[in-house]
Amino acid sequence: MASFKPTKIPIYPKLGEKVTPDTLYWKNYKAPVQIKEFGAVTSIDFSPLAPHNYAVTASTRIHIYGPFSQEPVKTFTRFKDTAYSGKFRSDGQLLVAGCEDSVVRLFDVSGKVALRVFKGHTKGVHVTDFTSDCYHILTGSDDYTCRLWDIPNSTELTSYKEHTDYIRCGTTSKLNRDIFITGSYDHTLRVFDARVEKSVMTMDHSQPVESVLLYPSEGLLVSSGGRYVKVWDLLKGGQPLVSLKNHHKTVTCLGLSSNGQRLLSASLDRHVKIYNTTNYKVVHNFDYAASILSLALAPDDESIVVGMTNGVLSIKHRKSPEEKQEVAGKQRVRPVYRVFVKGRNYVPKKDDFFVSKPVKSHLAKYDKQLKRFNISKALDTALENRKPDITVAVMKELDRRGTLKNALAGRDEQNLSQLLNFLIGNVVDPRFTPVLVTATEMILDIYQAVVGQSSVVDRQLVRLQELVEREIDYQQDLLEVLGMLDTLFATSLPRKEVILKTSCILSINLHLVRNSFILYL
Amino acid sequence: MVEHAEIRMVRRGGSKINFREPVITNDSRFLLCAAGESVNVYSTSTEEFVHDLQGHTDLVTGVVLNPSNHLQVYSCSADGTVRLWDFMDGILIKTFIIGYPIYSIYVSEKHGGVVFVVVPMANYKSSELFQLVAVHLPRSGDQEVEARELSAVLCDVSPHPGAVSFGREGEYIAATKGLQLEVFFFKKQKSYRFSLKSGMKKGVKNAFTCVSCHPKEDCIATGHADGKIRLWRNFNQKKEYTYTTLHWHHGAVNTLCFTPEGTNLLSGGIESVLVHWHYTQENQKDFLPRLGAAITHIAVSPDGSLFCTSHSDNKITIIQSCVKVSAIIQGLVKGDGVWTDLIIDPRSKALVLNGKPGHLQFYSLHRDKQLYNLDIVQQEYINEEGLDQFEVVKAAFDARGDWLATVEERRKKGAELEINLKLWAYDKLTQSFVLNTTVTAPHEDRITGMFFSPSPETTMLVTTSLDDHFKAWLLADHSDTKEGFWSCDFVGGYHLLKPGCCSYSADGSLLAVGFQEVVTVWSPASWELLTTLSQPPGAIRDLCFGRLSCSKYLLGTSTKNQLCCWNLLTCSLEWSTPMDVSLLQADPLSENMAAFCSQSGSSDCECYLVSGSSYQYQHNYFASFGLDYVLHMAGSPWVFYNMCCSLVVRLTQPSRNRSNGLHSSICPLLPPVFVFKPSEPRPLYSQKALCTGKVQHAVFAPRDQMLESCEERTQWLNRSQLYFITQDMDLLTFSTKTEEDRLLASSKQLMVDDSVAVTPFYLLLGKHRRQQLEKQEALTNPMAERTQLPQGSIAIKELLHTPAHVLPSASFLCAMFVRSLLVSRSSAR
Repeated sequence: MASFKPTKIPIYPKLGEKVTPDTLYWKNYKAPVQIKEFGAVTSIDFSPLAPHNYAVTASTRIHIYGPFSQEPVKTFTRFKDTAYSGKFRSDGQLLVAGCEDSVVRLFDVSGKVALRVFKGHTKGVHVTDFTSDCYHILTGSDDYTCRLWDIPNSTELTSYKEHTDYIRCGTTSKLNRDIFITGSYDHTLRVFDARVEKSVMTMDHSQPVESVLLYPSEGLLVSSGGRYVKVWDLLKGGQPLVSLKNHHKTVTCLGLSSNGQRLLSASLDRHVKIYNTTNYKVVHNFDYAASILSLALAPDDESIVVGMTNGVLSIKHRKSPEEKQEVAGKQRVRPVYRVFVKGRNYVPKKDDFFVSKPVKSHLAKYDKQLKRFNISKALDTALENRKPDITVAVMKELDRRGTLKNALAGRDEQNLSQLLNFLIGNVVDPRFTPVLVTATEMILDIYQAVVGQSSVVDRQLVRLQELVEREIDYQQDLLEVLGMLDTLFATSLPRKEVILKTSCILSINLHLVRNSFILYL
Repeated sequence: MVEHAEIRMVRRGGSKINFREPVITNDSRFLLCAAGESVNVYSTSTEEFVHDLQGHTDLVTGVVLNPSNHLQVYSCSADGTVRLWDFMDGILIKTFIIGYPIYSIYVSEKHGGVVFVVVPMANYKSSELFQLVAVHLPRSGDQEVEARELSAVLCDVSPHPGAVSFGREGEYIAATKGLQLEVFFFKKQKSYRFSLKSGMKKGVKNAFTCVSCHPKEDCIATGHADGKIRLWRNFNQKKEYTYTTLHWHHGAVNTLCFTPEGTNLLSGGIESVLVHWHYTQENQKDFLPRLGAAITHIAVSPDGSLFCTSHSDNKITIIQSCVKVSAIIQGLVKGDGVWTDLIIDPRSKALVLNGKPGHLQFYSLHRDKQLYNLDIVQQEYINEEGLDQFEVVKAAFDARGDWLATVEERRKKGAELEINLKLWAYDKLTQSFVLNTTVTAPHEDRITGMFFSPSPETTMLVTTSLDDHFKAWLLADHSDTKEGFWSCDFVGGYHLLKPGCCSYSADGSLLAVGFQEVVTVWSPASWELLTTLSQPPGAIRDLCFGRLSCSKYLLGTSTKNQLCCWNLLTCSLEWSTPMDVSLLQADPLSENMAAFCSQSGSSDCECYLVSGSSYQYQHNYFASFGLDYVLHMAGSPWVFYNMCCSLVVRLTQPSRNRSNGLHSSICPLLPPVFVFKPSEPRPLYSQKALCTGKVQHAVFAPRDQMLESCEERTQWLNRSQLYFITQDMDLLTFSTKTEEDRLLASSKQLMVDDSVAVTPFYLLLGKHRRQQLEKQEALTNPMAERTQLPQGSIAIKELLHTPAHVLPSASFLCAMFVRSLLVSRSSAR
């Protein structure tokens, strides 16, 4: 007598991207917090000091937010025009910002009024930064000049007029107080040494440069402009290392993860891409609602802050491990270890006979019902199950037994709506469509006589119909795209055709269901 | 004909053991069942085959214990004889010649010296009427006796053995046919007929299928086609009979059986559930579910402790006291068809083919025994008619037997095809195959061919399908999982033509795929199309690479009657012959190939009717040498495949040695087989008359030990043997005379070995007990036996250890020796 063979639950291939350590790491953020600013967020800078507040420059003000507050801790509003590039000093005490009115202002983080005002530029200042010795300020302006200022005297030290277009980005070396780099819309990057009259190195990005970034080792320089992100080797005299083209609009901002292993680039195409810095492959991707202008990462990647053109600031905080434990923390009180090992460690003597206990096989609830040929109950128990693949497998098994129609029939309003809910949730899933389409047709067949008697069921039927029609439209669009692609790729691979065929079959299936909907409703 | 006398065709194994009801002996130790032309004796405890009773020249149609001596058994056969056997020793005691083909046999204790047999009605040879006759067995001492003393009991009975049953103590006999139950009382010599309505309403099928009478009370149980069981009482009059109805089965009740005490009624049908009804409380019933396949017969041992059920998948199950299956005797399963080719498992050298639904069976050709079943589909089998089941349609082993690939498919009516490709890895620990990878929908359409690469370095699988593609599958190594799984490596096609067949060269360096009329040759290493060969007209049907010295040749057969041989070095046609080859098979151990031809002009299936209801005779003659005809049951109407007219005359007078002259008159109609080497278009061996109908599948099975024949005609059989299966699902092979003799000798030797192997003391004690039982001594005294043995042995010792020159004369010694063996009457008591 053979034992009952349980229903096979097929293992479906995982849809979507592959799970890598990177996706796990970068997906481990909470849902974003969104704050509306007055204008486009042009710059975000984290304070190097412990609570890691961050300065957000948008429109004519600079807000300083605490790590978890959604209200600004501090606001600097003393700007006559649009403020740019609010930057903290490395001790977190001072903040410098440029302005469209060509004046550079230096603030005390605790104060309100500007400590120093640097005047000298003739046009708006988009770039400001502190040098590594904390006593000087670098500024870059739309008047094609970049200047160094002394903070105590608030006097101009040097001015370089080598760029031939707006200077829109720049950074100072953190290792050497004299070296700084600027990028300009004249497609060049220039490295300056304050001890020398002229720039020491020039690199051609061949696109208006939007952002520059120095690696912590300062051997490599990253620049972005146009759709390109380029990496330069400074130690080899500015030799281009890699050119990345992963965005389809201008890349506006660059960032580096705290361990320096991952490079982030944000673009007007609303994506943030994360690269591996060893092979420069994209390992992850974030999508945002609007074009991104600025991006910053908190130390230890605790949060990702992104500013967009529509003035929305989006903050994602990392999920803390304590919360996870809280969820899994409620543990059942288990019997003590002794209970389990009781009698297990008994060593049999030489002449002892082994009496083996027959191994009891446990069947799932739906299998127990299937074994007794209780088909309706089997379907009920399968519907209670949370996993749709199990429910679909049971439906398939019933179909194989030729009893799916009997199992679907004879249901009351509540049961039927439960069934329809399941269908609404899963009928367009390509893994389940072949089975569920037959089930849907059967349901329409069986219950066409009672259409109009229950408002709940009717509403669900209409929803199902809409769903099916929308899916058919999608399929049609997809087929059109595929057709276009096929004409484009004259050297089509045979696998492409396979994809085409499966989607054809899916859409044919769905068409059939739509036809039956049209018939019955 | 003389030159072919050396090689002959023999049927190999796989006789039906579920054809008739098996019999359990009185001591419940043996089970006897009709198997082809012999009666097989099995041990009920070890399920081993003990020996067979050979002697009938035709299909055995019934086995029944002799009611007056429970160590003897009657068997009847379609050759018109009833034979009496001693089944313990396998000795034929007597042969009674009836003169008509017999379809079933019944005996009763009350009617000593009489057997009741069902024979065709003598006067209506051409009609389909049968009668139950009583045969008075003459008491004469001869080995062969003609029993001509026949007296008709019932006319117009069903030839189905379950349709007749003896009632309480043999006082009456009940027979059913169609919608009628007839009860004949021997005392009154009167019969009553009870008929049911034919079922005016739709869905009611009242026809009787089987009958069984209560052994102690006047009660007849009948089974019906609609699944009902009726219990008839008070039937010794025409009018006031009554019946009660029991209904559980949803298909027809195939068989019914009362236990010897009459307390329980057993029934079985297509549901493969043994239902156990309590006779007194009819609402109570027990079930023994999932016995595997539809139950065709149920038998109960005389003491009621053992039940056995025969199943439609050529299986007998022995059940202990209705709760536990204790043994399963499994023959070669002959399902609805063989979709997988015949395959030889490289490890066990077993023949692999479709077995039970959704299973592959591994059948040992040398031992004629099923080794095991491998569950491919792994789904609960639902016994219901009209349900589309998953069937295993393709199977293939790789060169070393480490991997098995199977394809199962299910075609729903009006829906798309469901195909699964499964790959099984051989597990050394459990000695069986373990599922490794399942590929759902590997192709869009049916898979036409599947082959493993024969090269030992790479395990690669190629499947061809009607969806215009062939795919190569490779075992991908994945470091993150413990063992690798299979994935698609290459998809190939050729001008959107449908690939029909494919073949690997012996070293695995070339792959030939036949796309309708074109043969494409690919290199599996780089998936480069090397060359195309074509020989229109006609699509390519079969492809085969030559081996060993002929490996530069590629052979192909086309539908338009052509056998072509291409030379792969020159890429040109070497030779071709017009020949309608239906099957091309290469010997893996030599360069030989076998080609089976299907003669289109085989119009040998003239139908003609012989007496008997619903019987149809079609002549179907197996080439020669005692392969008579096949009686084979296909659903409820029975079809008898028979020889042509001239042979029916021979049937009634069975002769042991059938002459060769006969088959020469038939052979032009029959499909021939040719064995040849690809290097020369000249057959090594050809057999003209093979069998009627097409040869479905064939395979070369390697031999255990090589034969040493140097004659050219038989040389091709030295390394391997050619097995093939016909449309009627008979497994046949070619064999030489010397080999047959050797086999026969070894089987005789085995027979003794087997009986010794049952238990160590079996022969010693069992023989004594039997002798004593035959003497009908009521009590056996084990003490007497034991004391007697040493006595005998002392006498023998004296005889053997005394030097010859001091011994008295031999005549004196003989008397003394015989006396020492005798048991004195006093010591035995």
